[in-house]
Amino acid sequence: MSRSCMQEQMRTCPPRYEKDMPDTMNCCQLLQHINEVSFAVDDILLYLDTHPCDADALAYARKMIGKRRKAMDIYAKKYGPLTIDCTNERESSNWDWVMQPWPWEPKQKGGCR
Amino acid sequence: MWNYEKRLQYPVNITTPNAKLAQFIMSQYGGPDGEISASMRYLSQRFSMPDRVTMGVLTDIGTEELAHFEIVATIIHQLTRNLSMEEIENSGLGPYYIDHTVGVWPQAAAGIPFNTCELQVKGDSITDLHEDMAAEQKARSTYDNILRVVRNMPEIADPIRFLRAREVVHYQRFGEALRNVQEKLDSKNFYAYNLGFDAPCMATCKDC
Repeated sequence: MSRSCMQEQMRTCPPRYEKDMPDTMNCCQLLQHINEVSFAVDDILLYLDTHPCDADALAYARKMIGKRRKAMDIYAKKYGPLTIDCTNERESSNWDWVMQPWPWEPKQKGGCR
Repeated sequence: MWNYEKRLQYPVNITTPNAKLAQFIMSQYGGPDGEISASMRYLSQRFSMPDRVTMGVLTDIGTEELAHFEIVATIIHQLTRNLSMEEIENSGLGPYYIDHTVGVWPQAAAGIPFNTCELQVKGDSITDLHEDMAAEQKARSTYDNILRVVRNMPEIADPIRFLRAREVVHYQRFGEALRNVQEKLDSKNFYAYNLGFDAPCMATCKDC
């Protein structure tokens, strides 16, 4: 998928929030934002594997990886960790990792997926 | 080594269970062209590849297929939640229910269990990359077949469309990896030798 095509795909999701302000998002918006920037990383990663010298793609990847890191940290601090590397983002007397909803749980059970 | 992230690569929220569709879509979990078949194929083929680019493409696509495996499992799980006994018996899911209740087990739509014979690791980069390109097209065809059935059900069709689009992208990347491998070979005879067997040093050679 070309990057313009990917951006087209992302545009089909209506902007319900300010995309570059993950601090202001609620749990569901932030998770949606994480899904979007993570997908951008997933896609550009494969492109770079076969085009490792494409400077524009490399700059785009760096930008999206930065956004993803920031959003993952905010999510971990506010709601709990999505990966083991984020478990220290907030002080808690519980092991928050296992208390987070699993991604196949239905929305009505309190998950925001 | 892998790390888990507690989210789906693409979200799934199915509110209306449907036993028949669960049985159809299950083919992309454990069927001949399903996601586990894809992931096992790519992750296993990596070791005989001639260079880091090809190993990278197989690693990263094989990893993404694991994420797709989880998306398909979630679709099946959410389609089989809260089914009545009547729905199970009338939908054709009955035989599956007897063996697995509504657990998620890898099988094809017609009930054939997942089988490694559905994938190949030939130890030859030209052969394996052609198989990978074919695998992506076979999975794309299966998703097209599923989409004809679920076209009027957006909560199911939406994640299926995402998965289908990824097959097309992966096909493209495998094509580029194949071209990259062919450029290392004798253009007068691509088959003169197998890079993964006759010239295995290439991955660590200085000029790679």
